[in-house]
Amino acid sequence: MTTTTTATPTAPPAAPAKVMLDATNVIKELGFGPVKVRALKGVNLKLNAGELTLLMGPSGSGKTTLLSILGCIMTPTSGRLVVAGDSTDGLNAEELADLRRRHIGFVFQSYNLFPTLTAEENVRIALDVRGEKGSEAKIRSQRALQQVGLGHKLKSYPKNMSGGEQQRVAVARAIVASPSVILADEPTAALDSENGLAVMQLLSEIAKDKSRAVLAVTHDPRTIPFANRILRIEDGHIVGEERRAEGVETVHELARTRKRKANA
Amino acid sequence: MTFTLAFRNLFHDRIRLAVTLVGILFSIVLVAVQLGLYLGARSMIISMIERADGDLWVMAYGTKNFEEGQNIDVRERYSALATPGVARVVPLIVSFSDWRKPQGGTTLVVVIGTDAEDRGLVPWGVVDGEVSGLGAGDAVMVDKSYLADLGIGGIGDTAEINGTRVRVTGLTEGIRSFTVSPYVFTTLARSRALLGMPSDRFTYGLVKLQPGANAETVRAALKARSPNTEVLTKAEFRQRSLNHWLFATGAGIALIGGAVLGLVVGTVIVAQTLYSSTKDHLNEFATLRALGSSSGYIHRVILAQAGLSAVLGYSLGMMIALTIAVLSERTALPILMTPGLAGVLLALTLAMCAVSAVSAIGKVMRIDPAMVFSR
Repeated sequence: MTTTTTATPTAPPAAPAKVMLDATNVIKELGFGPVKVRALKGVNLKLNAGELTLLMGPSGSGKTTLLSILGCIMTPTSGRLVVAGDSTDGLNAEELADLRRRHIGFVFQSYNLFPTLTAEENVRIALDVRGEKGSEAKIRSQRALQQVGLGHKLKSYPKNMSGGEQQRVAVARAIVASPSVILADEPTAALDSENGLAVMQLLSEIAKDKSRAVLAVTHDPRTIPFANRILRIEDGHIVGEERRAEGVETVHELARTRKRKANA
Repeated sequence: MTFTLAFRNLFHDRIRLAVTLVGILFSIVLVAVQLGLYLGARSMIISMIERADGDLWVMAYGTKNFEEGQNIDVRERYSALATPGVARVVPLIVSFSDWRKPQGGTTLVVVIGTDAEDRGLVPWGVVDGEVSGLGAGDAVMVDKSYLADLGIGGIGDTAEINGTRVRVTGLTEGIRSFTVSPYVFTTLARSRALLGMPSDRFTYGLVKLQPGANAETVRAALKARSPNTEVLTKAEFRQRSLNHWLFATGAGIALIGGAVLGLVVGTVIVAQTLYSSTKDHLNEFATLRALGSSSGYIHRVILAQAGLSAVLGYSLGMMIALTIAVLSERTALPILMTPGLAGVLLALTLAMCAVSAVSAIGKVMRIDPAMVFSR
């Protein structure tokens, strides 16, 4: 793997953060015979607790394949993956599902909410698949929605919510079971500027939890100011890593910066 | 939440739900009617044997069913009476005969001759007249549901059997004949006269055992004494009649075949709609899988969907089936709907929907959860 480190405002090295996800020399081949393609060519990556990491790269660079493997949805052809201390070596589909249940939360580009369920039910289903039911699960789901600012939309169906609100429901679903790792796939791609920034703000807040790592795959340069770290992927390799200052700009700061630039 | 999700998925697409329910409904109605007819036929075939007060039946060798018994000699009766363990032997005459309607034309009837005081086979469900009225010179008793077939209006009307005048002195309700030939009850002596049968002949000997007597022992003794007759228990004769009318004639097979066809059609319709519903919600199932749900969780959602469809379809189907059963009560072949049949139909519907869910489950199990990233 070729890793280059570009130094934009570099933060001083802090106490080593807890590694929530560790991928070592991950290789993934897709297809068979003459159409076999090596989508990932030996990726090494660590996600630290308390950090929001962005994975950026052009189309076809292997972002989604890597996200699928990090999310234990796809298994690597070779290499090793450890999630929250649990190795995925030799696990079958059911065991991988169990690992996802226990350690991983997802935020999808198209929200992937259940259209027939209310916001609260959409969040609660993430607990339900973990076997957590009853009033306690309901209360936790409501709290998660309050955390993302949707305490007033508990009974709303996705079709009656804006894209930004739907994505915030998806974020609530991802965090409700307190996973160790949250993986977001193009979380702002389907949103307008304001909602996109609000969702990134939310993810950066969530990433401040010292027991959780957040990785977002994105094309969107507007998301960069929220990141603690940016990984660049090209042609199946991580080709760059950029660590940003601890103090991530808030949406308001960003708006002010933009206004200043516009005025200048 | 599996149930909630299944319920919402089901009611989300009302048109598909309607198609599913119509499929189940038709299937249930078809199966209910076919099995109801089968039970109705079965009930009619065995009604006389069930009602007859006899532990053993003595009959001509090779008798296939109740209606087509051959005559045996009265000595067989005496021989049976002399057998240890036998309390009484009631002679019974059963034979097809022609009934000439008062206004002309004939129809086939089954004459049953027995003396009521012998308590062998007494007409039941009497709604008009008295059984004792059969003692009158030309008296017969028929079921009121066959009045039109017999060309008579009720008590007091007369007709002819084999050219001999008979007068209706009593009416029963619910004594139906699988052969569609009405039963005509009369006394032993009059039946012989009507059928031109010698006085030393009869069709069946209804053997009543003495208290404590062993049926098998008595049967063995009876057979030893009368090698030309057969001695059957009530259950054996019942089964033999059923085998003849339902299976040897093919009637039962046709009814059961219709029921199986109904189940197959229902299964295919439900499977098709469930499969397409699952296909439409594939992304949601992939999301569930990505969220870490087990296969079992997803199976439960699909099975709950199938189960809900089954219960709804069953309820609607049973309402229609019960209506048909009520309407068929007075027809030649009534449909019988019993609590047992209703239970069997519910079990069949649930099984049908569970089988239908297999293809949908197979589809979901082949989902690549990575599809959640590809939209």
